Amino acid sequence: MFEFYTPDFLPILPQVILIATALAILIEGAFTESAGPALIRRFCMGALLAILISALLSLIAFGLGKQVTTFNGMLVQDAYTLFCQMIVLIGSAAALAIGLPGLENQKLNRFEYPALILLATTGMMFMVAANDLISLFIGLELQGLALYVIVALQRDNLATSEAALKYFVLGALATGMYLYGASFVYGYTGSTNFDSINAVFRYGVEGPISLGSMIGLVFILASLAFKLSAVPFHMWTPDVYQGSPTAVTAFLAAAPKIAAAALTIRLLYLPFGFLVDYWQQIIIFISLASMVLGAFAALRQTDLKRLLAYSSISHMGYALLGIASGGAIGVQGALTYITLYMFMTVGTFAVILALRGRGERCVKDIEDLQGISQIHPKMSMMLAIFMFSLAGIPPMAGFFGKLYVFMAAIDAQLYTLAIVGVLSSVVAAFYYLRIIRTMYFETRPETVQATYGDTMVLTTEASFVLVLSVTVTLLFFVYPSLLLNMTQMAVNSLFN
Amino acid sequence: MLSLPLLSITIFLPLIGAMAIMINRGGSKDITAENARWVALWTSVVTFVLSIVIWANFDDGIFKFQFVEKFQWMPLLNINYHVGIDGISLPFILLSTFLTPICILSSWKSVQKQVPEYMVAFLVMETLIIGMFSSLDLFIFYIFFEGVLIPMYLIIGIWGGPNRVYASFKFFLYTLLGSVLMLLAIIYIYYDLGSSDIPLAIMTPFDPKVQIWLWLAFFASFAVKIPMWPVHTWLPDAHVEAPTAGSVILAAVLLKMGGYGFLRFSVPMFPEASEYFAPFVFTLSVIAIIYTSLVALAQTDMKKLIAYSSVAHMGFVTLGIFTLGSYGIQGAVIQMISHGLISAGLFLAVGVVYDRIHTREIAAYGGLVHNMPLYARAFMVLILASSGLPGTSGFVGEFLVLLGTYEVSKTFTILAATGMVLGAAYGLWLYRRVIFGKLEKPELLSIKDLTSNERWTFTSLIVLILWIGLYPMPVLNLISPSVEHMIHRHNLAMNPDENWIEEEEQTFEIARKS
Repeated sequence: MFEFYTPDFLPILPQVILIATALAILIEGAFTESAGPALIRRFCMGALLAILISALLSLIAFGLGKQVTTFNGMLVQDAYTLFCQMIVLIGSAAALAIGLPGLENQKLNRFEYPALILLATTGMMFMVAANDLISLFIGLELQGLALYVIVALQRDNLATSEAALKYFVLGALATGMYLYGASFVYGYTGSTNFDSINAVFRYGVEGPISLGSMIGLVFILASLAFKLSAVPFHMWTPDVYQGSPTAVTAFLAAAPKIAAAALTIRLLYLPFGFLVDYWQQIIIFISLASMVLGAFAALRQTDLKRLLAYSSISHMGYALLGIASGGAIGVQGALTYITLYMFMTVGTFAVILALRGRGERCVKDIEDLQGISQIHPKMSMMLAIFMFSLAGIPPMAGFFGKLYVFMAAIDAQLYTLAIVGVLSSVVAAFYYLRIIRTMYFETRPETVQATYGDTMVLTTEASFVLVLSVTVTLLFFVYPSLLLNMTQMAVNSLFN
Repeated sequence: MLSLPLLSITIFLPLIGAMAIMINRGGSKDITAENARWVALWTSVVTFVLSIVIWANFDDGIFKFQFVEKFQWMPLLNINYHVGIDGISLPFILLSTFLTPICILSSWKSVQKQVPEYMVAFLVMETLIIGMFSSLDLFIFYIFFEGVLIPMYLIIGIWGGPNRVYASFKFFLYTLLGSVLMLLAIIYIYYDLGSSDIPLAIMTPFDPKVQIWLWLAFFASFAVKIPMWPVHTWLPDAHVEAPTAGSVILAAVLLKMGGYGFLRFSVPMFPEASEYFAPFVFTLSVIAIIYTSLVALAQTDMKKLIAYSSVAHMGFVTLGIFTLGSYGIQGAVIQMISHGLISAGLFLAVGVVYDRIHTREIAAYGGLVHNMPLYARAFMVLILASSGLPGTSGFVGEFLVLLGTYEVSKTFTILAATGMVLGAAYGLWLYRRVIFGKLEKPELLSIKDLTSNERWTFTSLIVLILWIGLYPMPVLNLISPSVEHMIHRHNLAMNPDENWIEEEEQTFEIARKS
């Protein structure tokens, strides 16, 4: 008997909304004779609205706090998924909003741009919701392919093309490694479903686990390290950050990393939760290497985006520090960390995107910020707050993120890792301070007068994003329990 | 007791003033600057008055923490907003609230660039400093302790001298490097204890082997902050480049954070480790006293000379603290308060001539007594107090410290006393070169004596210095119950017998319930 199976679409309503909007934009864009700036702006606003509705739905579902699986157990919507979904959605909405005024001069004013952003975001949502190696792959590819195209959208720019190509080739390699690893895992456990894999390791492990599953795990981890831009698979990050149009870099920094980190947590703790002794050393190594390399490599950078790329590498190292500690506290720490990191990054990019020079060019080098505090006191104050926060100086939010992951590391008795972590945070503080120095301690030289960062374009959406991220960064300490309770709920649902 | 949360109001009032300055930014630049100055002055004066009210209501007969406030902050992690003061923290709070208005007054004319931001930085710093001296939760303490770096970094970097970038980075990174290790130790204590409550941590005996590591982690932070030889090198740079008021607050209050840390954490929490490391600290302190005094002799820059003398004076503080005896520790506290007043005065004195001539080179001065008799008098009192002349506060502190050290080790006492002689040497020599001699240099001929603002500032400082020097009892009464209690606990921890365990358990229970 053949029975047609209809999956339950209600749990993935947020994703459905995004896909529908993306398709509507594509169709209307394709059938419109000339897509003018007004239309593209309308599309972008539509996309923004869709993302916000989707985030609101996730919030409501998060409040309900139920665990629902759908598509035959391929996707799971629990508090953890919904929390990560919200963060990803907020990140991509914010990145989209702050990029809007710069679309034209960055040659991103094509109707495909909002549609691709929506598709990438959908992919990330599937990534965090995946409960199966196959659905995970679909999510990974959906976001990956959309992102390659977004990076390459500015076709006639050499640097951008190079960045896109690099991103694509290395991304494809990572995908291949993922598939290879997943096939090993499937071969040795007999299933692609996370729960079944977990069950195999729970009841099947007596003595050392099979070499095949180990190989599979290592390959999957390597591909995730690519997505996270963790050392030693970080090489694409500085080039892609630098080469992409700044609006796109903001998106890359805000959303996909969060999704990848969230996914890594689920993958390590759910199907491979019983192999913690095996993967812990790998995570410890990449965490250590990312923190140290991110700190030292950024010291001598002159390009702002390149510097932020290395800074993101080291921040991923700190998030991995939480994951490496192998317990609920660590996961909560990592989750809190990436959430706060998202707000700081978005805020930083909002400031960078708002400062313009002659020819509407964005600020590019650190030097362009020289003495900017005399022209834009408010903007530089906000950027300074983000920098102190990224450096992890209390009472900024970044400090609390670091505090939670270090607490987890000490709890797990990873003392060496914690000591290396704090010491590299001191090294990293140097380059964040350097940006503050450039803005505040130096006077604006005559030569760059009226070239960079003299004018400012700040739309309503962008200033809203700025106010939100400054509030989170600066005033997190007033009521930290808000976020802590949410991450606690998310982690509880993961560990049940 | 008052029902108002007086301590929290005192902590956060300057922050509110800072916010008022930030919001009130309309109008022309001059008006904004003038408003900012007045708001900052009034806020800091009211804060000072509040701290006096706290002092008046403080019961100096008991060692317990008073004005305690406790609210849930991160209930999931059992971290609370917990503040309170005892006889050790109150003098430092008074010192900070007294000096902040002086700093603001002294920058009234000399700072003309980005005035609102300058005032905001000072007020934020005052909040952080008072908060740090009154926190009773390890994490709250760390947040205040570390947060101070931000305003100080900006003060040195924005309003500092020509080499300010180097100095501000050195200051920031040195102190950050020390502090992060302390953070790990705090987290360790938190897990060991299940709580980050400071009174609870003081009551709990830690395993002596662990104590060694924890002590070292805390030492890394406080030794850089106070600063001890050989990690003192950030201090001369920071002092030379900082604006006058920045130097004042740095020398008078920020250095005390290190000494306060030793008294609040290292000694009571890790008694075995403190005892174990005492000879090591003695050695470093005596090297600091003698070596930096010699270095001070060779300086040509007035601010640098005073900065090195600060390191030497702080050597007395660490020496006193680690005698782990009543005289030594009381002397150390008095020495810190007195150094706070004296070094503030000295840096202000340098600021006075710097504002007029714009150089700090000793060689550029000479014969100031002819044109500036008032200035010469004030400077003389300050220099003599700094050299530890009887009748000034400097004498009381150093004498008590030497007395305490004599009980422990005669050799170190003799060596430290040598340092006092050297202190008199560089102080008096500096005075001779700047004040006496013939008034020959052309740019000095028309130099003006102290303005009324400056006169008031110096008078208030000198009155306090002489008061503590001639009649130190009020301050000693304030600090001695807490110090005696600390020594008592320390001796019990070192010679455990059954009685004290029972007694301790009772106090422990009481602390838990409260």
